[in-house]
Amino acid sequence: MSVLFDILGAVGMWEAMLRIGTPLILGTLGVLLCERVGVLNLGIEGIMTFGAMVGWLTVFSGADLWTGMLVAGLGGAAFGLLHALLTVPLGLSQHVTGLGITLFASSFSYYVFRLAIPTSSQPPTVEPFRPADIPVLSDIPFLGQVLFSQTGPTYLALVLVVVLAWVLYRTPLGLALRMAGENPHALDAQGIDPIRLRIGAIMAGSALMGMGGAFLTLAAFNSFFPTMVQGRGWICVALVVFASWKPARALLGALLFAFFDAFQLRLQTAVEGVPYQLFLMLPYLLSIVALIVMARRARVPQALMQPYRRGER
Amino acid sequence: MTRVLELTGITKRFGALAANEDVSLHLDRGEIVALLGENGAGKTTLMSILFGHYTADSGLVKVEGRELPPGRSRAAIQAGVGMVHQHFALAPNLTVLDNVMTGTERLWSPRSARAAGRAKLVALSERFGLRVDPDALVADLSVGECQRVEILKALYNDARILILDEPTAVLTAQEAEGLFATLRQMTAEGLSLIFISHKLHEVMSASDRVVVLRRGRVVAERRTAETSRAELAELMVGRKVERPARPPATPGKVLLEGVDLSLAGHGGASLHGVSFRLRAGETLGVIGVSGNGQTTLAGLVSGLYPPDAGELLVDGQAVRVFDVPHAIAAGIGRIPEDRNAEGTIGDMSTWENTVLERIWSPRFSRRGMVRRGAARRATEEIIRDYDVRGASVDGRIRLLSGGNMQKLILGRVLDAGPDILVAAQPSRGLDEGAIAGVHERLLEARGRGAGVLLISEDLDEVIGLSDRICAIVGGRLSPAIPADRADARMLGLMMAGDWSAAEQMERADAV
Repeated sequence: MSVLFDILGAVGMWEAMLRIGTPLILGTLGVLLCERVGVLNLGIEGIMTFGAMVGWLTVFSGADLWTGMLVAGLGGAAFGLLHALLTVPLGLSQHVTGLGITLFASSFSYYVFRLAIPTSSQPPTVEPFRPADIPVLSDIPFLGQVLFSQTGPTYLALVLVVVLAWVLYRTPLGLALRMAGENPHALDAQGIDPIRLRIGAIMAGSALMGMGGAFLTLAAFNSFFPTMVQGRGWICVALVVFASWKPARALLGALLFAFFDAFQLRLQTAVEGVPYQLFLMLPYLLSIVALIVMARRARVPQALMQPYRRGER
Repeated sequence: MTRVLELTGITKRFGALAANEDVSLHLDRGEIVALLGENGAGKTTLMSILFGHYTADSGLVKVEGRELPPGRSRAAIQAGVGMVHQHFALAPNLTVLDNVMTGTERLWSPRSARAAGRAKLVALSERFGLRVDPDALVADLSVGECQRVEILKALYNDARILILDEPTAVLTAQEAEGLFATLRQMTAEGLSLIFISHKLHEVMSASDRVVVLRRGRVVAERRTAETSRAELAELMVGRKVERPARPPATPGKVLLEGVDLSLAGHGGASLHGVSFRLRAGETLGVIGVSGNGQTTLAGLVSGLYPPDAGELLVDGQAVRVFDVPHAIAAGIGRIPEDRNAEGTIGDMSTWENTVLERIWSPRFSRRGMVRRGAARRATEEIIRDYDVRGASVDGRIRLLSGGNMQKLILGRVLDAGPDILVAAQPSRGLDEGAIAGVHERLLEARGRGAGVLLISEDLDEVIGLSDRICAIVGGRLSPAIPADRADARMLGLMMAGDWSAAEQMERADAV
């Protein structure tokens, strides 16, 4: 038991939770935005990989870190546009298109990376984001260390949760976005073009996914390797269901998953004699349990995965 | 009178098909115009052009003297035209206020003016008597309430001209009456209305003027006061349509008997101690305002659910197993109330829908394999014999119009030669020509010796087809009276729960 208290009592554990959670928050918000307008985006795994690569490459070529994040966002948006064009005006199967984009974007990322960095046994590194203490607040004992001594992108992710929630529930645009995912015919009848709105939202959501990927190379690991996203994208897709398509709950879900992850990392070293793979499984197992508990009452967007064509019902 | 809307020379073609051909019509302030026509006459296309969903090949739309740019819904909304769609354009997961406010504010403004929106909605709903809770989820509303929300949506956009596409298609008779009272009140407030319909009685009772559309052309225009139902029917269909007359019945043995049946809950209203007898070669009509247990009664007789108490006897034998295969095997044919949800599977082909109910019979399958040849031949025969237009054996059934879908269902049911036919609201949503066709088939089945249990809320239909009529009220069934002694007034009383006359007749007959 004392091992548990040691782990849970350490600032590092909670600080790590937010750090591990950041790409998940960004990715989950991205999927959430896409699904809110009615489009499943299984391209996330590949889009995150591409964001990780292109963000890293930008910084490695001499640009500053925020430019790297921006380029990763734009790169994500570009793949989002591809996904949107295939699924919205053409109305192709969103599963197949999304998986195709994941496979394509992952391979393409590695290809570009190898073109830029032809040979190296040791992947080159960049100087990553450093924790930025927020004056005064970071001096609060414990909580200050956990919340206010993070890197810039983590703050950005937390702010984006609030921004997305505000946009969705407090602005005319958000109502139109939600309507696009519930009943695009109704939106069209009110004189707003669901096609354009959906394309725009998918691009914005994919930009968030790209930035989530870039966090991995620009704040967590400092270098790029092709398998680094490691299913985080899929977790985000599940977290959106867990969150019932609500931004605040998405934050909660991402942090919960990150908590399990940070926890098992520490358990691995604290508990001996148990194969570490068992601990690795823990967050995923607990995610499934949480999903069962939370998602049963979820209110799915009614037009999710239904292509919109004018005059057809 | 001020002319608020004018359509001139509208022509619209889809390929070789002319949906609208040189259509002109106008609307004055405070007027209710009915646009009458059969399914496929081009009514909805015309209104979609007016509302900017389609662009006309030629022709002009003028609202209050100003020309509308073609193909832009936004422009129509801003000019004060509101459309209430036949299939509601609502999002069930959102609140009433959300649904009403969508698209009414500048898209990029940083904050939605919810409080002002709510105040406006509440004011409108009070002014026009369209009561609805702004914070209720649309999913929790009844069909009638959903329609109120649709109308409020248009009014919220400051519509001065309202277009309603078959507004009563999904409403019960009572709700429809309420709707037309509301519409009349709206004209008093200066609104002008066009409603699309193929139902003669509501056109006669609710409009000031009727424009009749047939095969995309305006064939006539009449002041409602100066025309008659018969004239309109003929104008609409293009020939004289008469519902078939009922030949005298030759009732045989009792085929179906309900003894004190009770069932709670299923399909809405409960049944309480329902008893009836249906003989071979007769039609027993069950009349009632919908929601009084009709769906439950039809479901019980069709084998969907067992009764909580009481017995159902088929051919004198008490039914023990209540499921659909047993019901079909016992010779019960079913025409379900909702042909889209229960009668057919929209995305499956015509032949699959035709044989699905009897897929296990040796005629359509052998050793677990479907006999496609036999199934397709049977479907072709039904399409031919029942004149199902627009159907191909392999085409998806959802592409059929309501009338043709109903013909196919009739065909598939009657093809099996059922002894007992349960027909629930068999002509709901159909136009005059199609109704006559359905009635003919039902009379034919009766002539062949089948017992027909006709459940309907259409008085004319029940009086026209039934040999005996009973009313269903609050899950109870009145005594059956002979049709030749029934009239609209008496049935009205029975539907309202006054059964004294019916009971008297029953006692007199018993003596």
